Amino acid sequence: MRKNSTKLILLLVLSLISILLYAFYDIKGGFDYAFPRRVIKIAAMIVTGVAISYATVVFQTITQNRILTPSVMGMDSMYGVVQTLIYFFAGSMSVWVVNKYLNFAAAIIAMVLFALILYRFLFRSDKHPIYLLLLIGMIIGTLLGSLVTFLQVIIDPVEYLSLQSMLFASFTKVKAELLYIAIVILIISFVYGFRIMSKLDVMSLGRENAMNLGINYDRMVMNILILSSVLIATSTALVGPITFFGLIVANLSYQYLVTYKHSILILGASLISIIALVGGQFLVEHVLELRTTLSVIINFIGGIYFIYLLLKESRAAK
Amino acid sequence: MIKIKELSKRYGKKNVVEKVSLTIEPGTITSFIGPNGAGKSTLLSMVSRLLEADTGEVLLDQQTIKKWKSDEFAKRVSILKQSNFMNVRLTVRELVSFGRYPYSRGRLTEIDEKYVDKAIDYMNLGEMQDQFIDELSGGQKQRAFIAMVIAQDTDYILLDEPLNNLDMKHSVQIMKILRKLVDELGKTVVIVLHDINFASVYSDRIVALKDGKLVKDGPTKDIINSTSLREIYDMHIPVQEQNGCRICVYFNSHA
Ligand SMILES: Nc1ncnc2c1ncn2[C@@H]1O[C@H](COP(=O)(O)OP(=O)(O)OP(=O)(O)O)[C@@H](O)[C@H]1O
Ligand SMILES: [Mg+2]
Repeated sequence: MRKNSTKLILLLVLSLISILLYAFYDIKGGFDYAFPRRVIKIAAMIVTGVAISYATVVFQTITQNRILTPSVMGMDSMYGVVQTLIYFFAGSMSVWVVNKYLNFAAAIIAMVLFALILYRFLFRSDKHPIYLLLLIGMIIGTLLGSLVTFLQVIIDPVEYLSLQSMLFASFTKVKAELLYIAIVILIISFVYGFRIMSKLDVMSLGRENAMNLGINYDRMVMNILILSSVLIATSTALVGPITFFGLIVANLSYQYLVTYKHSILILGASLISIIALVGGQFLVEHVLELRTTLSVIINFIGGIYFIYLLLKESRAAK
Repeated sequence: MIKIKELSKRYGKKNVVEKVSLTIEPGTITSFIGPNGAGKSTLLSMVSRLLEADTGEVLLDQQTIKKWKSDEFAKRVSILKQSNFMNVRLTVRELVSFGRYPYSRGRLTEIDEKYVDKAIDYMNLGEMQDQFIDELSGGQKQRAFIAMVIAQDTDYILLDEPLNNLDMKHSVQIMKILRKLVDELGKTVVIVLHDINFASVYSDRIVALKDGKLVKDGPTKDIINSTSLREIYDMHIPVQEQNGCRICVYFNSHA
């Protein structure tokens, strides 16, 4: 316990250093111009990092595994599907696009439904081997991706350009108007989260043990699926999909802070996210001078780490 | 009192549990016996609300278990399943502490700690209480789970083959502890056993299931005899009396 608090403080210090570095390093000339922009980017990265960490850890608790994440199972591709469908059927001038809140709500509802279906068929019934689930996740992801591409090919070219700018959100092009909704959603999620932290701890003992200890398991699973879909929708809308990010930060947190306590695991994963995103973006902008993007680096490192975890798992299974 | 009324469960076309009715008297050990696939685990899961019955009902203190609130129910009835898989790394003590969750909601009081100490003591786990569960042997792990259920301190304790993986010494020890919980603390134990000699020596009552149906239900002495056992297991099982215990000598019987 003591050791964990030292570790958390270390992570906190590192995240503060990354934030300060990113906010103030090399800020020549137009401070008034550059500083507010950097603050918005930092805020977006913190919100994204925390949302993905939180969503991934709770998703992995209810699905009883440490390899599959909402993103790996195709949940953030779902965001692209919804947007493309909206552009295809309603057009960029429709209320579904113009009204940002409505647009966001539609995306969230579709993603929640997707998550519920996924859970109902893949995780609820008998335990499927993890490789099968992974394969199905990949297939769903590819299928959704192809659907999006297909619709985009036959869509009106002008609409297409506007859709592109919607789907290719990134850390360098954060949509400030969405940031406020995202912060509100995150705060609400945390208020709910504080009440269920100890329930989550019990749920990591598995369905039957948790039910024995008085957890209304199936209802909790439903609530948590909704929670994690909302969080993933939020982060995807804000900065676009970063498939392997949740996987890395959640697993680093499990490895670094050996505990079953979700309050600590989620806090740890969130701080690791902030270090990775803010620190990473700092490196991309100031060391690599924007020759590549953070998402590319994260997916590259994340992909390798993912393979490592899979190999480890398959060795453990033998 | 737990009253089971015409409880049934089917999977596909197979009646796994078929119209089972029985009453579990407080302050007794009831053993469920019967061949593999007879429906023992399924019945136990339905009684403990892990699984929903298709028809029939279970009453706990005259109230159907569906109406009980989850947290209140968890203070009255506990269950340990046949196999337990976990995805987290926990020490023995942390696992046993989870048994207090219905009372503590994650914040252990001094009283909770006392229950945990006692349960660890009962199961002889004192020396390994800070070891991680996944570093224990099968039997040690089993004992840690039993300790969790004991810490839960419920009136009714349902155990599905708790002697799995245990050596003779620990099996006897656990049966004696269960006896003590019943005789001294007034608990009620329902236990699934494959070794009928443990059922014969330690239980007050035996319930036998076969193909989903209740085939025998009565005081231990009425069930442990060659005629009844043949009906349950389709096998000739000689019974010998030793120091007042009935021992079934089935090791070289033929059907
Ligand atoms: N989820 C399920 N789906 C389909 N059939 C099932 C399911 N669970 C159990 N069964 C079937 O129900 C029957 C009873 O199973 P149950 O586990 O209750 O038996 P048991 O008496 O506990 O056996 P054992 O002594 O081997 O533990 C078995 O034939 C089993 O195949
Ligand atoms: Mg069984």
